[in-house]
Amino acid sequence: MNKMESMTGAKALMVAMEKEGVKQVFGLPGGANLPMYDEFARCDIRHILARHEQSAAHMADGFGRVSKKPGVCFATSGPGATNILTGIATAQADSSPMVAVTGQVPVAMIGKDAFQESDIIGMANPVVKYAFQPRKAGEIPEVVKKGFFIAKSGRPGPVLIDIPKDVQTNEEPMNFPDEFKIQGYHPWGDPDIVNVEKAIDMLLHAEKPIILAGGGTIISSAFAELQSIAETLMLPVVTTFKGKGAFPENHPLSLGPIGMHGHAEANKMMSEADCVLAIGTRFSDRSVGTFEAFEKRLKIIHMDVDPAEIGKNQTAQIAVIGDVRVNLRVMVKLLLQRAIKKSEESPWVKHVKETKDYWKENLKLHPGEMGAAKILRKLREILPKESIVTTEVGQHQMWASLFYDVIQPGTFFSSTGLGTMGWGFPAAIGAKVARPDVPVVDIAGDGSFAMTENSLATAVLEDIPVIVFILNNSTLGMVAQWQRTFYGRRMIGVDQQSCPDYVKLAESYGAQGIRAQSMDELDKAIKTAISSDVATVIDIPIDPEEDVLPFVAPGTSLADMILPS
Amino acid sequence: MMWAILSILVENKPGILFKVTHLFRSRNFNIDSISEGVTENPNYSKMTITTYGDEKQINQIVKQLDKMIDTVKVEHLDEHKTVFRELCLFKIKLSNANDSMEVNKLANAYGGKVHDVKKDSIMVELTATPDQIKAFEELAKPFGILDVARTGVAALQRSGV
Repeated sequence: MNKMESMTGAKALMVAMEKEGVKQVFGLPGGANLPMYDEFARCDIRHILARHEQSAAHMADGFGRVSKKPGVCFATSGPGATNILTGIATAQADSSPMVAVTGQVPVAMIGKDAFQESDIIGMANPVVKYAFQPRKAGEIPEVVKKGFFIAKSGRPGPVLIDIPKDVQTNEEPMNFPDEFKIQGYHPWGDPDIVNVEKAIDMLLHAEKPIILAGGGTIISSAFAELQSIAETLMLPVVTTFKGKGAFPENHPLSLGPIGMHGHAEANKMMSEADCVLAIGTRFSDRSVGTFEAFEKRLKIIHMDVDPAEIGKNQTAQIAVIGDVRVNLRVMVKLLLQRAIKKSEESPWVKHVKETKDYWKENLKLHPGEMGAAKILRKLREILPKESIVTTEVGQHQMWASLFYDVIQPGTFFSSTGLGTMGWGFPAAIGAKVARPDVPVVDIAGDGSFAMTENSLATAVLEDIPVIVFILNNSTLGMVAQWQRTFYGRRMIGVDQQSCPDYVKLAESYGAQGIRAQSMDELDKAIKTAISSDVATVIDIPIDPEEDVLPFVAPGTSLADMILPS
Repeated sequence: MMWAILSILVENKPGILFKVTHLFRSRNFNIDSISEGVTENPNYSKMTITTYGDEKQINQIVKQLDKMIDTVKVEHLDEHKTVFRELCLFKIKLSNANDSMEVNKLANAYGGKVHDVKKDSIMVELTATPDQIKAFEELAKPFGILDVARTGVAALQRSGV
């Protein structure tokens, strides 16, 4: 293309996005983004219509997490823009690459309280990695180039591009740059050989070392490196909830997630360890309980791409700043050079395995046929290991963490940071767009699914056959559990009274709805859903009184977890 | 708790002061004073922010500011190796005939200048460290302070230290 061809801002946006490899946009049209929408008639980018801007953002988020490329969502000005804020904040909390493009009122109208005007740049500032508002059409190519780079580099995150309507329609000569400079942005450091070397020595000298793999391990796809280090040094591996599935959960060294609803064996062993190699984690309160109890006891090696995470929640003895995959590769290489390979099980590893075996046998589960553990293990048994799972937020999410083992790393995604109910279903749609070749399942609760259920229209009409797997206790289950545990069983505002009927709801959208009330029906339902080419909702009634256990109460340490009695 | 002077070089674009102050609010840090102006290179502007916190908090503030894409350079200045000053205007009440002379003497002692001398009030301009300004304020209080305006601290590191 002629470098200085004249075109409108809207056209330049589409051309620039095509150059970034964008194949589809999730969104909703409105008054202030119509010029951009008009360009879909003249370009190869697919538009996927969401029924709410928040869902459009979650779809882009799900696409971004699975493909590692920024997912793109469009919304109009005013309420369209404020509606995507929750989706943007969710992506920011979980470091997910996203580019959100909003329409804005014309430049001359900004600040006049115009119809559908909102100061989205001001509102979004604390929940975006960066925000742009080009004031001239000619700025758009560079803004898009920088925006995509910022969204996907370093610690990924959402970028907002807010484009006034006249900037979309004005025609200017466009220069699509290949090079650009962002002076104050240094997303990656060099490999840190010195500190990785120190980390190895600290791990070798520790009596009870452990690996804590966080979400950063999954973002940087450092699966092979992690496994190699764990096996070479014979290190047990726990994960954060966001790091769930960074390490195969059927591996003998795997203990699963720690945290508020972590695995009993993981919380126990984390509480006994004396040295932790923490990879790509921000030590969230939900993962480590009280910060003080955690760091007092432990020597911490902290690897993270974001220097601001070092020392924010936990004080590290050794900090390795940079892309965790790059630095784990350095570690793998150094271990090889130094010919370090542990073959014998240390007393610590033996103890870890015994503890793991003990809890496998002794964790009390719901006695009924349709207990959460049985349901999720059935799903695991039938789903191919490469299937992608998303979750909503609530009890089902924590049951998924406890009872759905991730075998193939990087196939499990959840709204872990912001904890956004309604995330899982639209995110599953985005995930399925990124990976149409594998089954994608949203493990859902009835309360969460209700928040974005109208995405069924998108799944059906856009032919994106995902599976919604509802553990339906007809309550806001996690809130109900807290009311039972901390508020004297005063159950307020949690009863959903089996409304709506999710089978009928699914059918009304043209999706497939199946109710499964026994293990046999569940078995059949899952198999039917996998082999169907239409979106399927499996509604599984469960006991509204079932709690998620173990449970680390807020403000207590991992060692104090409440176990099923 | 320590007092810290942060020198922040930012791109000279609209909206950045908002982002920096918003960061302080959202991360639960305090701003003690703030001043900003364009640098010798018109593409950049420099903010000087003074703040309180323990060492861990100050380190966090510096890292979070550094993480901001619009900040080019963030420094935590060592106050012993830094020249830092604040400009302050005091309007002081004059109650009797001697007061004007007394306030003049006090202003002189602090290297201040006197403006807008009226029958009932006098204005003193002081360029000094926040501690000196506080000391002056204490001594001026008995006369009656009618109004105060302060610019916030500006700071530059000394050469060769």
